[in-house]
This record gives sequence, C-alpha cells and structure tokens, in this order.
Amino acid sequence: MGISVEGAKKSFGDFQALNDVSIEVPDGSLTALLGPSGSGKSTLLRAIAGLEALDGGRVLIDGEDVSKKPTQKREVGFVFQHYAAFKHMTVYENVAFGLKIRKQKRDVIAARVHELLELVQLHGLADRYPSQLSGGQRQRMALARALAVEPQVLLLDEPFGALDAKVRKDLRTWLRNLHDEMNVTTIFVTHDQEEAMDVAGQLVVMNQGRVEQSGSADELYENPANEFVMSFVGEVNRLGDAFVRPHDMEVVLDADERTEEGLVQRIVALGFEIRVEFVLGDGTEVWAQLTRAELQRLELREGQIAYLRPVQAKSFNGASAPDSTGASTPRRPTGGDGAEVSAAA
Amino acid sequence: MEAGTVQAPSAPRAPRVGIRLPGVSAGLGRGIVVLYLSLLVLLPLAALAAKSVSLGLGHFWAQVTTPAAINALELTLVASLIVVIVNGFFGTVLAWILVRDEFPGKSIVNAVIDLPFALPTIVASLILIELWGKHSPLGIDISLSRTAVVVALMFVTLPFVVRAVQPLLMEMDREMEEAAASLGAGGFTIFRRVIFPNLLPGLAAGVALAFARALGEFGSVLLFAGGLADTQVSSIYIKQLIEQGNESGAAAVSMVLLAASLLVLLLVGLIQRWGSRHERSGGAGLTVMPMSGIEPQPEREEDERE
Repeated sequence: MGISVEGAKKSFGDFQALNDVSIEVPDGSLTALLGPSGSGKSTLLRAIAGLEALDGGRVLIDGEDVSKKPTQKREVGFVFQHYAAFKHMTVYENVAFGLKIRKQKRDVIAARVHELLELVQLHGLADRYPSQLSGGQRQRMALARALAVEPQVLLLDEPFGALDAKVRKDLRTWLRNLHDEMNVTTIFVTHDQEEAMDVAGQLVVMNQGRVEQSGSADELYENPANEFVMSFVGEVNRLGDAFVRPHDMEVVLDADERTEEGLVQRIVALGFEIRVEFVLGDGTEVWAQLTRAELQRLELREGQIAYLRPVQAKSFNGASAPDSTGASTPRRPTGGDGAEVSAAA
Repeated sequence: MEAGTVQAPSAPRAPRVGIRLPGVSAGLGRGIVVLYLSLLVLLPLAALAAKSVSLGLGHFWAQVTTPAAINALELTLVASLIVVIVNGFFGTVLAWILVRDEFPGKSIVNAVIDLPFALPTIVASLILIELWGKHSPLGIDISLSRTAVVVALMFVTLPFVVRAVQPLLMEMDREMEEAAASLGAGGFTIFRRVIFPNLLPGLAAGVALAFARALGEFGSVLLFAGGLADTQVSSIYIKQLIEQGNESGAAAVSMVLLAASLLVLLLVGLIQRWGSRHERSGGAGLTVMPMSGIEPQPEREEDERE
C-alpha cells in the first residue's frame, strides 16, 4: 500500500517539528527517513502511524485519507527504538497480543505466532520474558508482534538505534531480506546515512522539519540538491564555495594552477582505505581518501607538503543549506573498522 | 542463614562485592539485626502470644468468640475491606491523575495527599467531626455510626495506595501503550492488559499497608465513631478489655488481629510475586528491561556526529 503525506505541519510549543512536509512512498518499497536529531523524521513517522496528530496536512494510506483515523484503525505495524516490549508478557503473549485483541481462535493464534517466531528466529524462546532476551532478540520480537496482525504498512522508528554495532549490521541485512520476502511497504527512521543506504531503496533526507531531497541512494549521492544533502549523505570537504568528496581529491606532489597546497597532518589507515588529513594555507582542514597503492606510490609522510586537485567539485550557489558543520571536518568514514577512528568518535 | 545439610538445587549465589558498614563483620551485622528485631518485635510478640494462651486454649477461644469480640472483629474486617477496595480504586485514580495530567495546583494536591498520614489520628478524628459531626456545616451527621468507622479509616489510609502506585506509573514505558494502540487495542483494553498488570505489584503493596493500618486504627475511629456497642472496632474493644482488667482476653483478641494482618501480608506477597514474575525469572540476571527515563542508550553518540 502506498503512503503519501501532504503538507504535514506539526509544532511542539515553539518548536516546529514538521514544516510543510510532503512525501510519496510507493507500494511495496523500503524507504528510509534520514536526518539528524530534531529534523522531524520521527514525528513524521509517528504522524503516519497516528501516534501524533498533525496540526495541518494529511496522511493517505493506499489513497485513503486516514488523518482522522485513530492509530487502532490504521493497520500499521510500529516498531520502537526501545522495543516497547510488554514486559509482563512472555514472548509468545507479546506476539499474540494483536491477534488476541482481534478475537482470533486459539489454535489460529498459536499457528500464526509460531510461524512468526520461526521467521524472526526466536522459536524456542516463546516462554521467555523480554527481560531474558538480548536487545536484538527483543527487537525481533517487537517486529514479529507488529507483523502478527498483517499490517498494511510497517513503520520502524530507529529500530536499531539502541543496539550495538555488530547486532545492528546483522539486523540490517536481515530486515532487508525480510522486506524482500514479505513485500510490505516499509518506512524506517534513522540518523545513520550508512544504515539508510544499506537498507533502503529510497531515501528521504530531512532537516529542520523539511524534506531536503528524496530519491535513491545513488541519486542523492551523485546529485545532491543542496549542501546539506551533500554533507549528510556521504563525506564531503569544503574548498571555498566548492564541495568535494574525499575520493574526488587527487593528491599530487607537483603544484600546478589547479592545485592547492596542503600540509599532511595525519595519515590514518582504515584497512583498504587510507585517510589523509590536510591543513590548507588558510587553515581549512580537508581530507582525501586514497587506496593503499596510491599512498605507497606517493610515499606521503605526516608533516610534508603535498598538493590537492579536486577532480570533481560541486557548488550550490545561493543554496542556503543551514549550518552544515560537518562539511569541512573529517568525518568518520563509512565501513571502516579502524580502531583509532571508532575510539575517537 | 545456617548452611543447611540439604544442597539447594541451584548453586548458591556468590555474595556480591560491595562495601560493608565500617568495622562491622558479616557475623556481627547479622547479630545486630537479630538482636534489634528481637528486642523490638519478636520478644514482645512472643510475650503477647504467651499471655493470650496463659489461661489455656479453651479460655483463648472463649475470649475471642464472645458476641462483643466477634462483633468488633466483624466490623473491623468488613470496614477495612470496604476501605481498601474504595481506596484501592480511588488511590489508583488519584495517582493516575497526578502522574498523567497537568493542572494548576497539582503540587498542592500532591502534598495534601500525605496529610492524613502525617496528622495525629486524634486530630484526623476532630477534622472529620467538624465536617460530618453533630454540627456539620453540610447538615450531614454520620458521626457515631458504622459509616463513620469506614470514613475515618478511608481518611487515614488514603496515601498508601497513591504513594505505592505513583512511582510505577511514572516509570511506566509509555511506548508500551502506543505499541498496544498500534496493534488495535482500545483505551480500556490497553489499561486492562498492559497498564494494570504493571501496576499490580504496587497496588497490592499499597492495599496491604492500608489494610494493616485499617485493622489497627484506633485514634481516628475512637472519637468520630464513638466506640459504641455497634461501632466498636477490635482495637477499641481491646482497650476496653484492658480497662476491665481482662489482659489475657485483650491478648487473645490481639492475636487474632495479628493473624489477620499476617495473612493479608502473605497474600499480598504472593500477588506481588506473581505480578512481577517476569522480573525475577531473568536467567542471566543482568538483562534489565529498559524503563522510560533510565533507558540505556549505548549508540546515541552517533547523534553527535554531525
């Protein structure tokens, strides 16, 4: 079932959480709402679920305006960051909850619950209480609970936010596979661009209560609409008015008219990828992403002078991307497993 | 505890490392506890129990089955029961409103709830007489009646349920309710299946304390209800027996009250155990269910990346 939100507005006191937000989520898709804290992404998700009433605008599920419908009638499955497990019920009772309310027959419930526990790989734990489960298991239980009532849409609010990195990665893959299997329209909220790109087919980037851009991960990465999207989706350096991806920074040892001089401040090896951090003449800090082979060829050392040539740069003239502080500082590279960097993060 | 000869099925839990009271060894600490409790509670109790049967079990039975004793006991138990049911309900409602609603003067209401607990009971009695006595400004005189007994007990036991339920409500994970709603549960179902089971341990504790207090209440009932033949609760009856010089009779009736209290505490303990079974059964013992407000947020530093 497709979901549309049209002109959604929501304020909490003086804080405008949603400022005229419209999105379009195609039937059967897996869409990520991506944005920093306070961007309104969770509020938007909760509004779709009916957990938050909009001040203006409307929500359509499968073409039907559900803005006035209470949560109970919207047939959405909702998964919370902190699981919201019914802690006084066993895993079985948690998953059976929605079916019990619908007054299903006992044996129908049992069959469905066991099928779902199988699906989320929790069979054998049916009689446990949530307090006896790990975080990842609790979240899978919450997912099974949401899926039990065969919702039209599945909404996940930072579902992996409270889990540790390893479990998070596993669950990510698992969620994508689950979606391929079930094919239920799914929206999930995250502040982690890597997670969004990894899991979702379509991304909606939000900032300060507005949608900055939506599209596939490739589109957003290749053709960011503004400075905010460019710096939020992927890494970026700022050179004057231009924005350059670190892998589009060519490092050379001889100056010409297109290069800028920089001091090699730090060289960080992150497995395959090497991050070289520079300070430019005007004090700007930028970094270039090199391969091991390139580094060896250049024989770069910390403290030496080298030259940077942007291969591909973008500028957003007049684009008023507010205060993207991440633009010129080296950010944590994605997928790297360098201990030094994670410790510093 | 003595190390028994029978090995417990599960390995005994190793004592947790932590600080002790300075200069107090484990053995000495245990000794202090036993001595203190003995002097204060156990020995007097034993003395009372001995006194109650000092003239034989037959005498004991005769003392607690006189019409006056049965009357008093009946009134005490029935009134206490009514009181805890009413206060169990309204106490929960009050706690609910205090936690969930915002209204002007909320902090005043919150403070007033403790007043019946803090007041000397004889003062409570006077307050009630002022409002509902012979010179009632409302024209309603319930003093010196059985209704007065119930009202007095309701007054003094009001804070127990409120204060026991309130913290549980404050800590409750609101997302549980949202999850239930998204699964199709209406307001009443959410309360019955999700909220109430989580309040039950607190409610049981509050009810138990209120019941125990009601069983033994003396001061507030004495003036307001008068201690007449048909408004005489057991505690007043006991005082009367003492005044008549019937100490063994007083002790016997006291033992019955004591037994009733213990029975209620036991029952409530069972309810609490049952109501919180999900918290005890943790296999690893370290997995703590996140509650709202104290949620572990291990990955939240990601937020600060921008």
